[in-house]
Amino acid sequence: MKATGFNLKKPPMILTRKLTDSISSKWMITCITFCLLLPLAIGAGLVFKSIPLLSTHKLSELIFSEDWYPSDNQFGFWPFIVTSVWVTVLALLISMPLCLLSSIYLTQYAPAWFLKFMRPVMDILAGIPSVVYGVWGLLVVVPFVGDKLAPLFNADSLGYSILAGALVLSVMTIPYILNMLLEVFRQIPVELGEASLSLGATKWETIKHIFLRKGSPGILSAFGLGFSKALGETIAVLMVIGNVVQIPQSVFDSGYTLPGLIANNYGEMMSIPSYDSALMFGALLLFAIIIVINIIFRYIIYKSELV
Amino acid sequence: MTLRRKYEEKFFRGLSFLFTALIVFVLFQIIWTIAKKGIPSLSWQIISQEPKGGFYFGKEGGILNAIAGSFYLAVCSTILAFVISLPVALFMNIYLIRYQRLLIGIRFFLDVLWGVPSIVYGAFGFTLLMYFGYRNSLGAGIITVASMITPIMIRAMDEVLKTIPIGLQEASYALGSTKTETAYKIFFREALPGFATAILLAFGRGIGDAASVLFTAGYTDYIPHSFSEPTATLPLAIFFQLSSPIEEVQNRAYAASVILTLIVLVLSISARLLKLKK
Repeated sequence: MKATGFNLKKPPMILTRKLTDSISSKWMITCITFCLLLPLAIGAGLVFKSIPLLSTHKLSELIFSEDWYPSDNQFGFWPFIVTSVWVTVLALLISMPLCLLSSIYLTQYAPAWFLKFMRPVMDILAGIPSVVYGVWGLLVVVPFVGDKLAPLFNADSLGYSILAGALVLSVMTIPYILNMLLEVFRQIPVELGEASLSLGATKWETIKHIFLRKGSPGILSAFGLGFSKALGETIAVLMVIGNVVQIPQSVFDSGYTLPGLIANNYGEMMSIPSYDSALMFGALLLFAIIIVINIIFRYIIYKSELV
Repeated sequence: MTLRRKYEEKFFRGLSFLFTALIVFVLFQIIWTIAKKGIPSLSWQIISQEPKGGFYFGKEGGILNAIAGSFYLAVCSTILAFVISLPVALFMNIYLIRYQRLLIGIRFFLDVLWGVPSIVYGAFGFTLLMYFGYRNSLGAGIITVASMITPIMIRAMDEVLKTIPIGLQEASYALGSTKTETAYKIFFREALPGFATAILLAFGRGIGDAASVLFTAGYTDYIPHSFSEPTATLPLAIFFQLSSPIEEVQNRAYAASVILTLIVLVLSISARLLKLKK
């Protein structure tokens, strides 16, 4: 075979290659199985830990009772659930119009360079750690609520309040929601807008009647996913909300969120029986609520992308 | 009527611009606040020393333990997450490319997993620790953070791999390469710049998260020397020192926030630059 003149390198043994291939694909399957089993393991682990509590308390009592006295073996999660929902809903009420109008501005009105400038702004907002938001909340938002807003409404507040938590949380959800909204508006075909404009509608009328309607499933999902993101937020809210176990009567009252409860009580939970089980039940509650919300809104996104 | 329409248009255009500007303003306000409060107390001593006697009463020392701990934790968990994510992302885009329905299902699942808050991972990690009878440690923190950032990393890598045309895969098979060779020699190389962004993103998540390491990594005044020792982290250093009534200790928390913010700024800007380059 010398006559060909080609200097062929000897190919690696076919057997080794096949072996590598089979080992590598086994490893891939192992990894993906691991990833798919992880949430099941989380769910199972949390259920396993909450069984001791569930065997002595009724589920409805745990969720709807207001009495939180761990040392008396009374675990009512209602104050935490109410506070969490208050803070999250309030935060979304603040960030929803901000994100919606700003995404409209960025995709419809703004020059291209402005959108380019906003991308890193959103990146950084999304990247700032939760604890830094907490520090900012303590330095700026809490005094603002306590000294400026509360006197305005004749409320007595130190500033550590639902409102402070909601303000911090609303800033934290902005990059998340805004990013999804930009994607929603980007996917709407340009021809739709042009058709409306050519019929004599103004730009805003086009947005109001065409884009908002066409994008409504996406917009709804962005808000829904933002809600679930905000619900699970821990440290930043914990730092500004005051951590008082009560059902808040106004936005200037302190509260105690569910994630905050879990984070704050790990040190002492060993000394009181079934306390750790109760905290794990709290985590399970949070996990279940967030998974359900996520599945619903991801499904809406998935369906709307198909059309 | 026309006048009303015109003013409505102007009004909403102005309002939407105002809201966008407000978001930008808030970001600068945050950075300015953190910098103004933290930079005066930032010193070489804080960055380069471990806490010494009486540190928590405002005496000498620094937060090197937290800086080092955070880096150990974030680097190791990013590596661990990468080792798991890479095969999964490649598997999805090479082996499962013909099974679109399954692929959609897996992506859906990972997106849902992305939404799980870090405190739940922390609680779960802690349960596992208790179950196996271990103490808070660097290793436990790494595993918890790695499982938290893995779904993020897989989806980010998947988005990059998705853009590679199927023709490249077919060409590789036609030349006689196995699926593994196609995956690691062709796809991996093709997607490398995009992977860098994914890694930076996950690293940023890992270094900034407090809720997941709160019970798994613990807290200590020393730099850990093995995976079984507990470790301090920057977010927790900020959180704990801020709750102190002593001003010097609080100032150190502000200084630590500057360091953490700076790290995150550098990470997001370099990730953005990498994206632009491509």
